[in-house]
Amino acid sequence: MADEKTNAEAYWKANVRLITGCLIVWALVSYGCAILLRPLLSSIPVGGTDLGFWFAQQGSILTFIGLIFFYAWKMNRLDKQYGLEE
Amino acid sequence: MSQFAINILFVGASFAIYIGIAIWAKAGSTKDFYVAGGGVHPITNGMAIGADWMSAASFISMAGLIAAGGYANSTFLMGWTGGYVLLALLLAPYLRKFGKFTVPEFIGDRFYSRTARMVAVVCLIVASLTYVIGQMAGAGVAFSRFLEVDATTGLIIAAVVVFFYSVLGGMKGITYTQVAQYIVLIIAYTIPAVFISLELTGNPLPPLGLFSDHSASGQPLLAKLNEVVTALGFDAYTAMVDNKLNMVLFTLSLMIGTAGLPHVIMRFFTVPKVADARWSAGWALVFIGLLYLTAPAVASMARLNLMTTIYPDMAGQVENYDAAAANPLAYEDRPEWIRTWEETGLITFEDKNNDGNIQFYNDGASFEDRGWEGNELSVNNDILVLANPEIANLPSWVIGLIAAGGLAAALSTAAGLLLAISSAISHDLIKGAINPGITERGELRAARISMSVAIVVATYLGANPPGFAAQVVALAFGIAAASLFPVLMMGIFSKRVNNKGAIAGMLSGLIFTLVYIFIYKGWFFIPGTNNLADTPENWVLGISPLSIGAVGAIVNFAVAYLVSKSSEEPPREIQELVESVRYPKGAGGAINH
Repeated sequence: MADEKTNAEAYWKANVRLITGCLIVWALVSYGCAILLRPLLSSIPVGGTDLGFWFAQQGSILTFIGLIFFYAWKMNRLDKQYGLEE
Repeated sequence: MSQFAINILFVGASFAIYIGIAIWAKAGSTKDFYVAGGGVHPITNGMAIGADWMSAASFISMAGLIAAGGYANSTFLMGWTGGYVLLALLLAPYLRKFGKFTVPEFIGDRFYSRTARMVAVVCLIVASLTYVIGQMAGAGVAFSRFLEVDATTGLIIAAVVVFFYSVLGGMKGITYTQVAQYIVLIIAYTIPAVFISLELTGNPLPPLGLFSDHSASGQPLLAKLNEVVTALGFDAYTAMVDNKLNMVLFTLSLMIGTAGLPHVIMRFFTVPKVADARWSAGWALVFIGLLYLTAPAVASMARLNLMTTIYPDMAGQVENYDAAAANPLAYEDRPEWIRTWEETGLITFEDKNNDGNIQFYNDGASFEDRGWEGNELSVNNDILVLANPEIANLPSWVIGLIAAGGLAAALSTAAGLLLAISSAISHDLIKGAINPGITERGELRAARISMSVAIVVATYLGANPPGFAAQVVALAFGIAAASLFPVLMMGIFSKRVNNKGAIAGMLSGLIFTLVYIFIYKGWFFIPGTNNLADTPENWVLGISPLSIGAVGAIVNFAVAYLVSKSSEEPPREIQELVESVRYPKGAGGAINH
């Protein structure tokens, strides 16, 4: 019983760590690259404009898709690792 | 065959499919009705979420907004997709594990309070109903334009169709209908975009075409567009935005609002396992991304097409363009699509200097020195997507397809919202509070009756719009962001937040947001009752009423946390409930309650 509890706690900790990491990337591409840091990226040209514009119109969406699939894949591994999958 | 006949054919055929599916998948039990029996595949569910989510605003308006605002309106792209990351990571798997039918039910159980559940019902109904009014109005306009009937008739046709498949089918019918609607709407959106991209850049993939070279001038497309719009006094298409705080908060509001909208959250209750809920969110964003990556391309290309239609000598290579010496299009020679849209009043021309030419430039610039009397053409942003095939001279069947796609977008979202409303009333209000002993049959009947009532209300308000289309959407997102998302998230991630904290949090977030919006937009949106003019100078710290939902959410978080901290811990069994929601094992069993 005690073991099961520590196991579950470790699983939850790993999950929260993963979520935090993903959310940092999420904020970095959208609020970071696309809005706040755009002036810094303005020297990197992309098809007639700069990298910040690309992030605002396409880059962040592509990153979001990647993030969700990465999270789902990683969580499935965690589920198995901790014996909590269905 | 006439354009009218072709439209009828496309719209009629697609509706026959939806209604056929609704009858085939008729709901037999409350479980079928609310969560489609709990056995939907993640990819299927992802498609259904895509159609459910992408409303008339995404399909019809978004590209027009980006075309007008350029970089500044990228907020819609990031906001309406970024919310799915929050959904997938912070809500969907846990709410799926919890395994109940509705969002208020989770809030009521987690915060062991009927009051909390009822507050959630109020938030849900206000957010969903305001949103559905916009959808009905949008569907009505699209019907009237393509079926050549007046707006009220269009709206009534829309209401009858929604009534049929959502009331009969419930979630089960809606899921499969929405899959069909997704396919219709994505094809309708991409076909014209592909042709336009080919025509302008030679690249058949619009998202790549956006960053390719413009064939006629050899310059990159966006550089060309910047040159054309600045020559006529408009801001550069890719120009930076000064008020970054507001842009960040607006994006955040749309993201949190997306993650807090109950009709989207409900969709995650329909898959068999927790792992499937995670995959569903990913697939949903893939399907949504197909449209959202195409939209910015459609936007810039439509804008360039519009400008070069009016100023044909800007189509090719132009250096140091002299707007004063430009030869605008003579009004007499205007293309057919301008004539068509003039009839709807969405394009207007006023020959201010009586030279018979269309002068189209930014009113703010100093063009008067050059003998011009002001901008003579106004174009409603909302028509860009619908007019695109006509602008690019595509065959008439493409126009029929766009008609079917636009209606699919509006109607699928309306159906999803109506379902959220009806389950809040029948399941949370009637079964949860007024009459807990109600039979399953009775509950199903109550759900259908409340859905019918909601359709009538939405149709009535859609026919008599209070004149605040854009505000309605902002309010719906603001409410969802400021009221529901924070308590859902805290309910999962904090064991310490208790009933008092949740209720205080929801109410303070909701009231704070509503008051801020009403101060600028008028109390209950009644024109003339606003305390301050809705201009950037009056906004507190430059935060627009559209962006305030993000601040409301922060207020909600803070109040819920502080109130909980200063009152007793939640009971032991609630802490155990939170524990159990965090671990995916056993979700399959949980739906058989």
